[in-house]
This record gives sequence, structure tokens and C-alpha cells, in this order.
Amino acid sequence: MSDHNSASDQTPEHEHISTLGSSIAIWLALLAFTGLTVGAAFVDLGPFNTIVALTIATIKATLVVLFFMHVKYTHEKLTGLVVVSAIFFLFILLSLSMADYTTRLWR
Amino acid sequence: MPTSQVVADQHAHENPALLHHFETEAQQKNAASLGMWVFLAQEVMFFGGMFCAYLVYRYKYFADFGSASQQLDIRLGAINTVVLICSSLTVVLGVRAAQLGKRMALVFWLLATIVLGIVFLGIKADEYAEKFEKHHVPGASFSYHELLPGQEKLPPAERQYADPHHAEMYFSLYFAMTGMHALHMIIGVGLFGFLAYMAWRGKYTPQYYTPIENAGLYWHFVDIVWIYLFPLLYLIDRHR
Repeated sequence: MSDHNSASDQTPEHEHISTLGSSIAIWLALLAFTGLTVGAAFVDLGPFNTIVALTIATIKATLVVLFFMHVKYTHEKLTGLVVVSAIFFLFILLSLSMADYTTRLWR
Repeated sequence: MPTSQVVADQHAHENPALLHHFETEAQQKNAASLGMWVFLAQEVMFFGGMFCAYLVYRYKYFADFGSASQQLDIRLGAINTVVLICSSLTVVLGVRAAQLGKRMALVFWLLATIVLGIVFLGIKADEYAEKFEKHHVPGASFSYHELLPGQEKLPPAERQYADPHHAEMYFSLYFAMTGMHALHMIIGVGLFGFLAYMAWRGKYTPQYYTPIENAGLYWHFVDIVWIYLFPLLYLIDRHR
């Protein structure tokens, strides 16, 4: 406890403080991807329009989770576990539901 | 002397925000952070149910959804996306100000987030008002007579119209998803108002800013939900 008392006057050194530059870079990237997804929506890519739109959305979401939500810098393994399990169970929900609905007319 | 008394005495010299059942500030912060992430995992499943419903009906009523989607104003949707991304940046800068102990900067960025949140909700309210005027709100007065995507290129006699019941399903999902998202925004704005007041009172320091960080996580999550809602609701079948 004595070690801790001396350290408690300062910011805990394991905390990540995002720099101004990196935050603005991520912000600009998010704006650029927004422009890109709007532009791509008006181009006929056949069945790939939805895939492109969702891929761009996932890239944006990943940037937000990793950099704005500091997951990239956390040393806490449990945070990563919670994030991965949330995505995993969402994937189960969507994929098993669609595995049902898209195959109901099969004989 | 009981151990808890010893711990409590030791705590008395430390950060007053450190609760007695935690050993260290780092442990307390990790516990709060993990709790927030578990809450967000639950939110993923909550919104996931609606995304799943959307996916099933988009698959089933593919062209009708494309038709109904084109009744939305893509510019307003894009502006709202930009507003939310900017509000995520102000949250990041707010957390940074809290970490660096800049009290007034923290208050400023929290208020900036509230302003952007209210701008988003204002634009959303304007879009909702338009839906009421056009009778595109599901219910007794719903009426829909629009072409399927790409049909305007055909001669008038061959043009096909969207099934109003299928379009109504799109608008039901539109209102359910954007409505739940807007409710989260309203809660977020209230939360940030409270935090701005407490920050102005000087409650948050570089040793204790957990509420700022967790509210920030919440706000970023709400931003991520919109990142998916925007292409799924506004951008489908625009190329036809």
C-alpha cells in the first residue's frame, strides 16, 4: 500500500491520453469514409452495394472502438473479451436467423 | 482493529473518490470500466434484435424497402452522420481535458457535445415531421403510392409500384430503430448536462474522471449504432 500512496498523487501511468493529432486524424478518416459511403451508394455495383456499405460502416465502427473508445491502448484483457463476445453473439443472432429465413422455401 | 477499519483509515489519506471496497484507484476504475463494457455488450444485443428484424424483412421485401428508403432525405442523413462524428470528437477531447485536469476545457467540450446532440435531434425531429405530413408513419393514416426503385425509366404503363404494406414495414423499422437511437441520444444529452455541471463544480480530476470516460463510451456506442443505421436506412438502392 505504501508504494501506491506515493503514486496516487499523479495520473496513473497506465492510462492512455490520446494526442490531439491522432484524435483529429481519426475524425478526418471517419468523415472521409462517410463521404465515400454516400458516393458509393450512387454507383451501381450490383450485389456489392450492400457489401461495400457495410464494410465501410464496419471500418468506421472499428476506428471508433479502437481509438475513440481506447480499446487499442487498454491493458485490461477483459475489455477485449467483452467486445469480442458482444460481436460474436451478434453474429450468431444474425447468421442463425438468416440461415432460417433464407432457406424456408428450399425443398 | 478489524481489517476493514485499517483499510478505511488508509483510504482516508487518499483520493476521496476511492470507495472503501476497492484496494486502489486503478482497481476501482477497471471495475467501473468493465461494468460499462458489459452494459454496452447488452446494448449490442438490444439493438441487434432490431437489426436482425431489419435484415429479415429487407431480404423478404427487397425492392419495397429500396422504394421506401428513397423517401428519406439523404442530405439530412449525411449531415446527421457528420454531426454525430463531430460529437464523438468533442467527447474524445473532453476525456482528454479531464485526463489533463483542464476543468474549463472539459466543461466546454461537454457543452459542445450537448449542442451537437441537440442539433442531431433537431434534424431528426424535422425528418419525423415530414414523415407525418406525407402519411408515412405506420398506422391507420398510413398511405403509400410510390414506384419501385428504377421504375421511372420505364414507360408509364409498365411501371410497378411498391406494396404499401411492405413499405409500412420499412417505416415501422425506421421509426423503431431511429426512435430507440434518438432515445439514447436524449439520455446521453441529459447525462452530459449533469456531467458538465459536476465538472464545472470541479468534481473530476486526473485521478478521478471515470464518469466522464464511461459516458464517453456510451456516446461512442450510440455513434456506432448510427454508423450502421445510416447506410441501412438511407443508402439502399440509390443507384437504381
